[in-house]
Amino acid sequence: MSGPAIELILMRQLASHLVMPIFVVDPEGNLLFYNEPAERLLGRRFDEAGPMPLAEWSTGFTQRDEAGATVRAEDLPLAVALREHRPAHRTLWITGDDGVARHLGITALPLEGAGGRHLGAVAFFWSLDERP
Amino acid sequence: MIQKPIELILMRQLASYLATPIMIADHERTLLYFNPTAEAILGRRFAETQEMRLEEWMQALPLYDEMGQFIPPEERPLPTVLRERRPVHRRLRLRGSAGDLRLIEATVLPLEGQGGRHLGGVIIFWELDQP
Amino acid sequence: MKVTLWGTRGSLAAAGPETVRYGGNTSCVEVRGDDGTVLVLDAGTGIRRLGGTLGSIASVDILLTHLHMDHLQGLGFFAPLYQPGLEVHIWGPPSSTLNLQQRLLRYLSPPLFPVRLRELPCRLTLHDVPLGRFRIGGLDLEADLVCHPGPTVGYRITAGETPVTYIPDHEPALGVQHFPSEPAWTSGFALARGAALLIHDAQYADEDYPRFVGWGHSAIRDVLAFARLAGVQRLMTFHHNPGYSDDDLDRLLEAARRTRPPFQILPGREGFTLEL
Repeated sequence: MSGPAIELILMRQLASHLVMPIFVVDPEGNLLFYNEPAERLLGRRFDEAGPMPLAEWSTGFTQRDEAGATVRAEDLPLAVALREHRPAHRTLWITGDDGVARHLGITALPLEGAGGRHLGAVAFFWSLDERP
Repeated sequence: MIQKPIELILMRQLASYLATPIMIADHERTLLYFNPTAEAILGRRFAETQEMRLEEWMQALPLYDEMGQFIPPEERPLPTVLRERRPVHRRLRLRGSAGDLRLIEATVLPLEGQGGRHLGGVIIFWELDQP
Repeated sequence: MKVTLWGTRGSLAAAGPETVRYGGNTSCVEVRGDDGTVLVLDAGTGIRRLGGTLGSIASVDILLTHLHMDHLQGLGFFAPLYQPGLEVHIWGPPSSTLNLQQRLLRYLSPPLFPVRLRELPCRLTLHDVPLGRFRIGGLDLEADLVCHPGPTVGYRITAGETPVTYIPDHEPALGVQHFPSEPAWTSGFALARGAALLIHDAQYADEDYPRFVGWGHSAIRDVLAFARLAGVQRLMTFHHNPGYSDDDLDRLLEAARRTRPPFQILPGREGFTLEL
Protein backbone atom coordinates (compact mmCIF):
# COMPACT_ATOMS: atom_id res chain seq x y z
CA MET A 1 0.00 0.00 0.00
CA SER A 2 1.42 3.39 -0.94
CA GLY A 3 1.03 6.61 1.03
CA PRO A 4 2.27 7.88 4.35
CA ALA A 5 2.65 5.60 7.33
CA ILE A 6 -0.50 5.26 9.41
CA GLU A 7 1.30 6.81 12.37
CA LEU A 8 1.97 9.99 10.38
CA ILE A 9 -1.61 10.09 9.13
CA LEU A 10 -2.94 9.81 12.67
CA MET A 11 -0.40 12.33 13.97
CA ARG A 12 -1.39 14.84 11.34
CA GLN A 13 -5.08 14.45 12.06
CA LEU A 14 -4.50 14.73 15.77
CA ALA A 15 -2.41 17.84 15.20
CA SER A 16 -5.22 19.41 13.22
CA HIS A 17 -7.47 19.16 16.27
CA LEU A 18 -5.10 20.40 18.98
CA VAL A 19 -4.51 24.03 19.81
CA MET A 20 -0.81 23.94 20.55
CA PRO A 21 1.47 24.49 17.58
CA ILE A 22 2.72 21.17 16.25
CA PHE A 23 5.35 20.32 13.66
CA VAL A 24 5.82 16.88 12.14
CA VAL A 25 9.07 15.98 10.37
CA ASP A 26 10.31 12.89 8.55
CA PRO A 27 13.43 10.95 9.56
CA GLU A 28 15.59 13.39 7.56
CA GLY A 29 14.07 16.37 9.32
CA ASN A 30 12.03 17.51 6.35
CA LEU A 31 8.95 19.33 7.58
CA LEU A 32 5.95 17.24 6.60
CA PHE A 33 3.19 19.20 8.24
CA TYR A 34 2.42 21.91 10.73
CA ASN A 35 -0.98 22.80 12.08
CA GLU A 36 -2.84 26.11 12.05
CA PRO A 37 -1.53 27.29 15.42
CA ALA A 38 1.99 26.60 14.14
CA GLU A 39 1.35 28.84 11.15
CA ARG A 40 1.48 31.82 13.49
CA LEU A 41 5.01 30.86 14.52
CA LEU A 42 6.29 30.61 11.01
CA GLY A 43 4.15 33.42 9.68
CA ARG A 44 3.20 31.24 6.76
CA ARG A 45 0.32 28.93 6.04
CA PHE A 46 1.29 25.31 5.50
CA ASP A 47 -0.80 25.30 2.35
CA GLU A 48 1.44 28.03 0.95
CA ALA A 49 4.74 26.68 2.25
CA GLY A 50 4.25 22.96 1.80
CA PRO A 51 6.74 20.34 2.97
CA MET A 52 10.16 21.90 3.53
CA PRO A 53 13.65 20.49 3.90
CA LEU A 54 15.30 20.97 7.26
CA ALA A 55 17.76 23.52 5.92
CA GLU A 56 14.90 25.74 4.84
CA TRP A 57 12.39 25.56 7.67
CA SER A 58 14.98 25.73 10.43
CA THR A 59 16.22 29.03 9.04
CA GLY A 60 12.73 30.34 8.46
CA PHE A 61 12.74 31.71 11.96
CA THR A 62 15.44 32.73 14.40
CA GLN A 63 15.79 30.91 17.67
CA ARG A 64 17.69 32.14 20.69
CA ASP A 65 18.25 30.62 24.08
CA GLU A 66 17.44 32.29 27.39
CA ALA A 67 20.74 34.17 27.27
CA GLY A 68 20.02 35.50 23.79
CA ALA A 69 22.52 33.33 21.97
CA THR A 70 21.53 31.78 18.66
CA VAL A 71 20.64 28.13 18.91
CA ARG A 72 22.06 25.94 16.18
CA ALA A 73 19.62 23.87 14.14
CA GLU A 74 21.19 20.63 15.37
CA ASP A 75 20.50 21.64 18.96
CA LEU A 76 16.81 22.19 18.42
CA PRO A 77 14.65 19.60 20.19
CA LEU A 78 13.40 18.16 16.90
CA ALA A 79 16.92 17.57 15.67
CA VAL A 80 17.88 15.95 18.98
CA ALA A 81 14.80 13.72 18.92
CA LEU A 82 15.60 12.60 15.39
CA ARG A 83 19.27 12.00 16.02
CA GLU A 84 19.07 10.35 19.42
CA HIS A 85 15.65 8.74 19.17
CA ARG A 86 14.58 10.16 22.48
CA PRO A 87 12.35 13.02 23.59
CA ALA A 88 14.00 16.40 23.97
CA HIS A 89 12.79 19.67 25.40
CA ARG A 90 13.97 23.18 25.98
CA THR A 91 12.75 26.75 26.08
CA LEU A 92 13.56 29.23 23.33
CA TRP A 93 12.80 32.67 21.99
CA ILE A 94 11.54 32.24 18.45
CA THR A 95 10.99 35.03 15.94
CA GLY A 96 8.97 34.14 12.87
CA ASP A 97 8.24 35.97 9.64
CA ASP A 98 6.02 38.42 11.51
CA GLY A 99 9.01 39.71 13.49
CA VAL A 100 7.43 38.93 16.84
CA ALA A 101 9.66 37.23 19.40
CA ARG A 102 7.81 34.53 21.30
CA HIS A 103 8.99 32.75 24.41
CA LEU A 104 8.19 29.13 23.84
CA GLY A 105 8.68 25.75 25.37
CA ILE A 106 9.29 22.96 22.90
CA THR A 107 8.94 19.25 23.45
CA ALA A 108 9.95 16.95 20.62
CA LEU A 109 9.27 13.24 20.47
CA PRO A 110 10.57 10.68 18.02
CA LEU A 111 7.87 8.81 16.14
CA GLU A 112 8.92 5.21 16.39
CA GLY A 113 6.71 2.60 14.89
CA ALA A 114 6.59 -1.08 15.66
CA GLY A 115 9.38 -3.14 14.19
CA GLY A 116 12.03 -0.47 14.66
CA ARG A 117 10.57 1.88 12.05
CA HIS A 118 11.87 5.42 12.40
CA LEU A 119 9.10 7.57 11.08
CA GLY A 120 10.25 11.01 12.06
CA ALA A 121 9.47 13.25 14.96
CA VAL A 122 6.86 15.61 16.28
CA ALA A 123 7.36 18.85 18.19
CA PHE A 124 4.81 20.51 20.45
CA PHE A 125 5.15 24.18 21.24
CA TRP A 126 3.50 26.14 24.00
CA SER A 127 3.68 29.72 24.98
CA LEU A 128 5.48 30.63 28.15
CA ASP A 129 4.07 34.12 27.95
CA GLU A 130 0.43 33.10 28.11
CA ARG A 131 -1.51 30.64 30.19
CA PRO A 132 -4.83 29.04 29.21
CA MET B 1 -19.65 9.64 28.72
CA ILE B 2 -21.05 7.89 25.67
CA GLN B 3 -18.03 8.55 23.53
CA LYS B 4 -14.57 9.93 24.06
CA PRO B 5 -13.60 13.18 22.33
CA ILE B 6 -12.06 12.75 18.89
CA GLU B 7 -8.69 13.96 20.12
CA LEU B 8 -8.49 11.18 22.69
CA ILE B 9 -9.65 8.64 20.13
CA LEU B 10 -6.93 9.71 17.70
CA MET B 11 -4.34 9.83 20.48
CA ARG B 12 -5.20 6.30 21.56
CA GLN B 13 -5.08 5.03 18.01
CA LEU B 14 -1.72 6.67 17.49
CA ALA B 15 -0.39 5.33 20.78
CA SER B 16 -1.44 1.81 19.82
CA TYR B 17 0.89 1.98 16.83
CA LEU B 18 3.91 3.64 18.41
CA ALA B 19 6.80 1.79 19.98
CA THR B 20 7.29 4.55 22.54
CA PRO B 21 5.59 3.87 25.89
CA ILE B 22 2.51 6.07 26.16
CA MET B 23 -0.30 6.52 28.65
CA ILE B 24 -3.41 8.64 28.24
CA ALA B 25 -5.66 10.17 30.90
CA ASP B 26 -8.68 12.41 30.59
CA HIS B 27 -9.37 15.66 32.37
CA GLU B 28 -11.62 13.86 34.83
CA ARG B 29 -8.56 12.01 36.14
CA THR B 30 -9.32 8.68 34.60
CA LEU B 31 -6.47 6.65 33.18
CA LEU B 32 -7.83 5.70 29.80
CA TYR B 33 -5.16 3.66 28.09
CA PHE B 34 -1.54 2.59 27.97
CA ASN B 35 0.05 0.92 25.00
CA PRO B 36 1.82 -2.45 24.81
CA THR B 37 5.27 -0.89 25.09
CA ALA B 38 4.19 0.85 28.28
CA GLU B 39 2.90 -2.44 29.62
CA ALA B 40 6.40 -3.87 29.55
CA ILE B 41 7.74 -1.13 31.79
CA LEU B 42 4.72 -0.93 34.05
CA GLY B 43 4.54 -4.67 34.52
CA ARG B 44 0.83 -4.63 33.87
CA ARG B 45 -1.41 -5.28 30.89
CA PHE B 46 -4.04 -2.73 30.03
CA ALA B 47 -6.49 -5.52 29.24
CA GLU B 48 -6.29 -6.46 32.92
CA THR B 49 -6.35 -3.02 34.51
CA GLN B 50 -8.75 -1.35 32.06
CA GLU B 51 -9.69 2.26 32.71
CA MET B 52 -9.28 3.30 36.29
CA ARG B 53 -9.41 6.36 38.44
CA LEU B 54 -6.08 8.12 38.68
CA GLU B 55 -6.14 7.88 42.46
CA GLU B 56 -6.42 4.14 42.24
CA TRP B 57 -3.66 4.00 39.67
CA MET B 58 -1.32 6.15 41.73
CA GLN B 59 -1.87 3.92 44.71
CA ALA B 60 -1.11 0.84 42.65
CA LEU B 61 2.01 2.35 41.13
CA PRO B 62 3.90 4.58 43.54
CA LEU B 63 6.60 6.79 42.05
CA TYR B 64 9.88 7.96 43.52
CA ASP B 65 12.27 10.71 42.64
CA GLU B 66 15.75 10.02 41.38
CA MET B 67 17.03 9.68 44.94
CA GLY B 68 14.35 7.15 45.75
CA GLN B 69 12.12 9.45 47.78
CA PHE B 70 8.39 8.85 47.45
CA ILE B 71 6.58 11.43 45.31
CA PRO B 72 3.23 12.48 46.79
CA PRO B 73 0.38 11.84 44.34
CA GLU B 74 -0.43 15.47 43.55
CA GLU B 75 3.21 16.20 42.83
CA ARG B 76 3.46 13.54 40.19
CA PRO B 77 3.75 14.79 36.61
CA LEU B 78 0.29 13.83 35.37
CA PRO B 79 -1.78 15.47 38.14
CA THR B 80 0.41 18.54 37.72
CA VAL B 81 -0.31 18.68 34.00
CA LEU B 82 -4.04 18.15 34.47
CA ARG B 83 -4.13 20.87 37.08
CA GLU B 84 -1.81 23.43 35.50
CA ARG B 85 -2.26 22.58 31.82
CA ARG B 86 1.41 22.89 31.01
CA PRO B 87 3.98 20.25 30.04
CA VAL B 88 6.10 18.59 32.66
CA HIS B 89 9.34 16.69 32.17
CA ARG B 90 10.89 14.72 34.92
CA ARG B 91 13.08 11.79 35.79
CA LEU B 92 11.66 9.42 38.34
CA ARG B 93 11.72 5.88 39.52
CA LEU B 94 9.15 3.16 39.67
CA ARG B 95 9.30 -0.30 41.06
CA GLY B 96 9.68 -3.02 38.49
CA SER B 97 8.16 -6.47 38.72
CA ALA B 98 11.34 -7.73 40.37
CA GLY B 99 11.05 -5.07 43.06
CA ASP B 100 13.93 -2.97 41.78
CA LEU B 101 13.62 0.78 41.36
CA ARG B 102 13.86 1.53 37.64
CA LEU B 103 14.83 4.94 36.37
CA ILE B 104 12.56 6.45 33.77
CA GLU B 105 12.19 9.83 32.13
CA ALA B 106 8.70 11.13 31.52
CA THR B 107 7.30 13.89 29.38
CA VAL B 108 3.69 14.72 30.06
CA LEU B 109 1.75 17.00 27.73
CA PRO B 110 -1.69 18.50 28.17
CA LEU B 111 -4.19 17.72 25.45
CA GLU B 112 -6.00 20.94 24.59
CA GLY B 113 -8.64 20.92 21.92
CA GLN B 114 -10.46 23.56 19.95
CA GLY B 115 -12.85 25.83 21.77
CA GLY B 116 -10.89 25.79 25.01
CA ARG B 117 -11.55 22.12 25.64
CA HIS B 118 -9.25 20.62 28.22
CA LEU B 119 -9.18 16.97 27.29
CA GLY B 120 -6.56 15.41 29.50
CA GLY B 121 -2.92 14.51 29.27
CA VAL B 122 -0.58 12.15 27.53
CA ILE B 123 2.47 10.63 29.19
CA ILE B 124 5.42 9.57 27.09
CA PHE B 125 8.08 7.78 29.07
CA TRP B 126 11.07 5.59 28.53
CA GLU B 127 13.44 3.66 30.64
CA LEU B 128 16.91 5.10 31.05
CA ASP B 129 19.88 2.81 31.04
CA GLN B 130 21.11 2.06 34.48
CA PRO B 131 24.57 3.60 35.04
CA MET C 1 -39.25 16.28 10.23
CA LYS C 2 -38.73 16.07 6.49
CA VAL C 3 -35.33 15.32 5.00
CA THR C 4 -34.59 16.12 1.34
CA LEU C 5 -31.34 15.42 -0.47
CA TRP C 6 -30.15 18.17 -2.82
CA GLY C 7 -26.62 16.96 -3.38
CA THR C 8 -25.14 13.58 -2.55
CA ARG C 9 -21.85 13.52 -4.38
CA GLY C 10 -18.53 13.82 -2.62
CA SER C 11 -15.28 15.60 -3.43
CA LEU C 12 -16.29 17.06 -6.78
CA ALA C 13 -19.51 17.70 -8.62
CA ALA C 14 -19.97 14.97 -11.19
CA ALA C 15 -22.50 15.92 -13.81
CA GLY C 16 -23.01 13.61 -16.74
CA PRO C 17 -25.34 11.01 -18.20
CA GLU C 18 -23.75 8.31 -16.06
CA THR C 19 -24.63 10.08 -12.81
CA VAL C 20 -28.15 11.27 -13.51
CA ARG C 21 -29.94 8.89 -11.15
CA TYR C 22 -27.92 9.49 -8.01
CA GLY C 23 -27.06 13.01 -9.05
CA GLY C 24 -23.86 14.92 -9.54
CA ASN C 25 -24.28 17.81 -7.10
CA THR C 26 -22.13 17.85 -4.01
CA SER C 27 -23.36 17.62 -0.43
CA CYS C 28 -26.49 19.45 0.58
CA VAL C 29 -29.37 18.18 2.69
CA GLU C 30 -32.50 20.06 3.72
CA VAL C 31 -34.16 19.33 7.03
CA ARG C 32 -37.55 20.91 7.75
CA GLY C 33 -39.08 20.76 11.16
CA ASP C 34 -42.82 20.48 11.57
CA ASP C 35 -42.75 24.00 13.01
CA GLY C 36 -41.27 25.36 9.79
CA THR C 37 -37.66 25.47 10.93
CA VAL C 38 -35.39 25.15 7.90
CA LEU C 39 -31.92 23.70 8.25
CA VAL C 40 -29.52 23.32 5.36
CA LEU C 41 -26.76 20.82 5.98
CA ASP C 42 -23.71 21.80 3.97
CA ALA C 43 -23.51 24.12 1.00
CA GLY C 44 -22.26 21.96 -1.81
CA THR C 45 -23.41 22.65 -5.33
CA GLY C 46 -26.80 21.15 -4.50
CA ILE C 47 -27.66 24.22 -2.44
CA ARG C 48 -28.28 26.25 -5.57
CA ARG C 49 -31.43 24.37 -6.53
CA LEU C 50 -32.60 24.25 -2.92
CA GLY C 51 -32.42 28.03 -2.78
CA GLY C 52 -34.99 28.30 -5.53
CA THR C 53 -37.57 26.23 -3.68
CA LEU C 54 -37.65 27.76 -0.21
CA GLY C 55 -40.35 30.30 -0.91
CA SER C 56 -41.08 32.85 1.76
CA ILE C 57 -39.31 31.91 4.93
CA ALA C 58 -38.44 34.01 7.92
CA SER C 59 -34.97 32.60 8.37
CA VAL C 60 -32.68 29.82 7.33
CA ASP C 61 -29.76 28.15 9.10
CA ILE C 62 -26.90 26.66 7.11
CA LEU C 63 -24.87 24.16 9.09
CA LEU C 64 -21.50 23.38 7.58
CA THR C 65 -19.77 20.18 8.63
CA HIS C 66 -16.44 21.55 7.45
CA LEU C 67 -15.02 23.91 4.91
CA HIS C 68 -13.73 21.63 2.21
CA MET C 69 -14.77 23.00 -1.15
CA ASP C 70 -17.32 20.32 -1.98
CA HIS C 71 -19.30 21.37 1.11
CA LEU C 72 -19.00 25.07 0.46
CA GLN C 73 -18.88 25.67 -3.24
CA GLY C 74 -22.58 26.35 -3.69
CA LEU C 75 -22.87 28.90 -0.90
CA GLY C 76 -22.36 31.94 -3.09
CA PHE C 77 -25.19 30.80 -5.32
CA PHE C 78 -27.75 30.30 -2.58
CA ALA C 79 -30.58 32.68 -3.49
CA PRO C 80 -31.72 33.53 0.07
CA LEU C 81 -28.35 35.25 0.65
CA TYR C 82 -29.45 37.87 -1.85
CA GLN C 83 -32.86 38.52 -0.27
CA PRO C 84 -32.67 41.85 1.52
CA GLY C 85 -33.40 41.52 5.18
CA LEU C 86 -33.77 37.75 5.27
CA GLU C 87 -32.18 36.31 8.39
CA VAL C 88 -29.48 33.81 7.42
CA HIS C 89 -27.31 31.99 9.93
CA ILE C 90 -24.21 30.10 8.91
CA TRP C 91 -22.69 27.68 11.37
CA GLY C 92 -19.28 26.13 11.02
CA PRO C 93 -16.81 24.05 13.03
CA PRO C 94 -14.77 26.07 15.52
CA SER C 95 -11.12 26.87 14.99
CA SER C 96 -8.67 28.20 17.51
CA THR C 97 -6.91 30.45 15.05
CA LEU C 98 -9.42 31.94 12.65
CA ASN C 99 -13.08 32.75 13.10
CA LEU C 100 -15.65 31.45 10.65
CA GLN C 101 -15.78 34.70 8.72
CA GLN C 102 -12.05 34.68 8.12
CA ARG C 103 -12.18 31.10 6.92
CA LEU C 104 -15.20 31.65 4.65
CA LEU C 105 -13.53 34.71 3.17
CA ARG C 106 -10.79 32.49 1.78
CA TYR C 107 -13.40 31.37 -0.74
CA LEU C 108 -16.06 34.08 -0.72
CA SER C 109 -13.85 36.89 -1.86
CA PRO C 110 -11.95 37.85 -5.01
CA PRO C 111 -10.26 36.34 -6.88
CA LEU C 112 -12.08 33.11 -6.08
CA PHE C 113 -15.55 34.65 -5.88
CA PRO C 114 -16.66 38.09 -7.01
CA VAL C 115 -19.10 38.77 -4.16
CA ARG C 116 -17.89 39.55 -0.68
CA LEU C 117 -19.70 38.42 2.46
CA ARG C 118 -20.22 42.00 3.58
CA GLU C 119 -21.94 42.81 0.29
CA LEU C 120 -24.70 40.27 0.79
CA PRO C 121 -28.07 41.97 1.32
CA CYS C 122 -29.42 39.38 3.75
CA ARG C 123 -29.04 39.73 7.52
CA LEU C 124 -26.13 37.36 7.88
CA THR C 125 -24.87 35.98 11.19
CA LEU C 126 -21.96 33.60 11.46
CA HIS C 127 -21.62 31.17 14.34
CA ASP C 128 -19.03 28.75 15.60
CA VAL C 129 -20.94 25.55 16.14
CA PRO C 130 -21.01 24.68 19.84
CA LEU C 131 -19.62 21.21 20.43
CA GLY C 132 -22.56 19.77 22.29
CA ARG C 133 -26.26 20.45 22.34
CA PHE C 134 -28.08 23.50 21.11
CA ARG C 135 -31.43 24.36 19.65
CA ILE C 136 -32.63 25.97 16.44
CA GLY C 137 -36.32 26.66 16.28
CA GLY C 138 -38.17 23.51 17.22
CA LEU C 139 -35.22 21.21 16.56
CA ASP C 140 -32.68 19.92 19.05
CA LEU C 141 -29.18 19.66 17.66
CA GLU C 142 -25.95 18.13 18.75
CA ALA C 143 -22.59 18.65 17.07
CA ASP C 144 -19.32 16.87 17.66
CA LEU C 145 -15.95 16.60 15.97
CA VAL C 146 -15.44 13.49 13.88
CA CYS C 147 -12.51 11.73 12.27
CA HIS C 148 -11.72 13.60 9.06
CA PRO C 149 -8.78 15.79 8.03
CA GLY C 150 -9.23 19.26 9.48
CA PRO C 151 -11.87 20.39 11.95
CA THR C 152 -15.01 18.53 10.88
CA VAL C 153 -18.26 18.01 12.71
CA GLY C 154 -21.22 15.74 12.36
CA TYR C 155 -24.72 16.74 13.34
CA ARG C 156 -27.53 14.97 15.16
CA ILE C 157 -30.91 16.63 14.70
CA THR C 158 -33.81 15.53 16.83
CA ALA C 159 -37.46 16.37 16.49
CA GLY C 160 -39.35 14.91 19.39
CA GLU C 161 -37.96 11.41 19.75
CA THR C 162 -36.67 11.06 16.19
CA PRO C 163 -32.96 11.64 15.64
CA VAL C 164 -31.39 12.12 12.22
CA THR C 165 -27.61 12.01 12.03
CA TYR C 166 -25.56 13.59 9.28
CA ILE C 167 -21.88 12.66 8.99
CA PRO C 168 -21.04 13.11 5.31
CA ASP C 169 -17.25 13.03 5.65
CA HIS C 170 -16.02 10.45 8.08
CA GLU C 171 -13.37 7.76 8.45
CA PRO C 172 -14.14 6.15 11.82
CA ALA C 173 -12.02 3.10 11.00
CA LEU C 174 -8.82 5.11 10.58
CA GLY C 175 -6.10 3.55 12.66
CA VAL C 176 -8.43 1.00 14.22
CA GLN C 177 -6.83 -2.39 13.85
CA HIS C 178 -10.08 -4.31 14.21
CA PHE C 179 -13.01 -2.10 13.34
CA PRO C 180 -15.36 -1.55 14.99
CA SER C 181 -13.94 -1.43 18.47
CA GLU C 182 -15.76 -0.21 21.56
CA PRO C 183 -18.48 2.40 21.01
CA ALA C 184 -16.89 4.82 23.47
CA TRP C 185 -13.74 4.82 21.32
CA THR C 186 -15.48 5.15 17.95
CA SER C 187 -15.60 8.53 16.28
CA GLY C 188 -19.18 9.60 15.59
CA PHE C 189 -20.81 6.99 17.77
CA ALA C 190 -22.50 9.42 20.14
CA LEU C 191 -24.01 11.29 17.22
CA ALA C 192 -25.23 8.19 15.41
CA ARG C 193 -26.46 5.97 18.23
CA GLY C 194 -30.02 4.85 17.68
CA ALA C 195 -30.57 7.25 14.80
CA ALA C 196 -33.80 6.88 12.88
CA LEU C 197 -31.76 7.88 9.85
CA LEU C 198 -27.96 8.00 9.49
CA ILE C 199 -26.70 9.87 6.44
CA HIS C 200 -23.09 8.77 6.19
CA ASP C 201 -20.01 8.91 4.03
CA ALA C 202 -19.84 5.87 1.76
CA GLN C 203 -17.24 7.03 -0.70
CA TYR C 204 -15.28 3.89 -1.39
CA ALA C 205 -15.88 0.39 -2.56
CA ASP C 206 -13.99 -1.94 -0.23
CA GLU C 207 -11.38 -2.77 -2.86
CA ASP C 208 -10.66 0.91 -3.56
CA TYR C 209 -10.27 2.06 0.04
CA PRO C 210 -6.71 0.81 0.72
CA ARG C 211 -5.37 3.40 -1.72
CA PHE C 212 -7.11 6.18 0.16
CA VAL C 213 -6.51 5.41 3.82
CA GLY C 214 -6.32 8.66 5.73
CA TRP C 215 -8.21 10.67 3.14
CA GLY C 216 -11.11 10.96 5.55
CA HIS C 217 -13.71 8.76 3.88
CA SER C 218 -15.13 5.32 4.45
CA ALA C 219 -15.27 1.99 2.73
CA ILE C 220 -18.76 0.53 2.45
CA ARG C 221 -17.77 -2.32 4.74
CA ASP C 222 -16.82 0.13 7.48
CA VAL C 223 -19.97 2.19 7.01
CA LEU C 224 -22.09 -0.91 7.51
CA ALA C 225 -20.10 -1.86 10.59
CA PHE C 226 -20.43 1.64 11.99
CA ALA C 227 -24.18 1.71 11.40
CA ARG C 228 -24.52 -1.69 13.03
CA LEU C 229 -22.48 -0.57 16.04
CA ALA C 230 -24.62 2.54 16.41
CA GLY C 231 -27.86 0.60 16.14
CA VAL C 232 -29.39 2.85 13.52
CA GLN C 233 -32.74 2.16 11.93
CA ARG C 234 -31.87 3.40 8.46
CA LEU C 235 -28.56 4.03 6.73
CA MET C 236 -28.46 6.37 3.76
CA THR C 237 -25.27 6.11 1.76
CA PHE C 238 -23.87 9.50 0.88
CA HIS C 239 -20.88 11.44 -0.42
CA HIS C 240 -20.64 9.18 -3.42
CA ASN C 241 -17.34 8.88 -5.19
CA PRO C 242 -17.35 11.23 -8.21
CA GLY C 243 -15.78 8.48 -10.24
CA TYR C 244 -18.57 6.00 -9.62
CA SER C 245 -21.41 5.83 -12.11
CA ASP C 246 -25.03 5.19 -11.24
CA ASP C 247 -24.54 1.55 -12.17
CA ASP C 248 -21.51 1.33 -9.89
CA LEU C 249 -23.53 2.76 -7.03
CA ASP C 250 -26.38 0.36 -7.70
CA ARG C 251 -23.93 -2.53 -7.46
CA LEU C 252 -22.46 -1.24 -4.21
CA LEU C 253 -25.90 -0.78 -2.75
CA GLU C 254 -26.97 -4.25 -3.80
CA ALA C 255 -23.83 -5.77 -2.31
CA ALA C 256 -24.44 -3.90 0.92
CA ARG C 257 -28.02 -5.14 1.10
CA ARG C 258 -26.87 -8.72 0.54
CA THR C 259 -25.03 -8.56 3.85
CA ARG C 260 -28.50 -8.42 5.41
CA PRO C 261 -27.82 -5.74 7.97
CA PRO C 262 -30.28 -5.12 10.80
CA PHE C 263 -31.27 -1.78 9.33
CA GLN C 264 -32.71 -0.48 6.10
CA ILE C 265 -30.24 0.79 3.50
CA LEU C 266 -31.46 3.73 1.45
CA PRO C 267 -29.75 5.07 -1.66
CA GLY C 268 -28.56 8.62 -1.28
CA ARG C 269 -30.12 10.03 -4.44
CA GLU C 270 -30.63 13.68 -5.26
CA GLY C 271 -34.28 14.54 -4.79
CA PHE C 272 -34.94 11.75 -2.30
CA THR C 273 -37.29 12.84 0.44
CA LEU C 274 -38.06 11.09 3.68
CA GLU C 275 -40.64 12.08 6.26
CA LEU C 276 -39.80 10.94 9.76
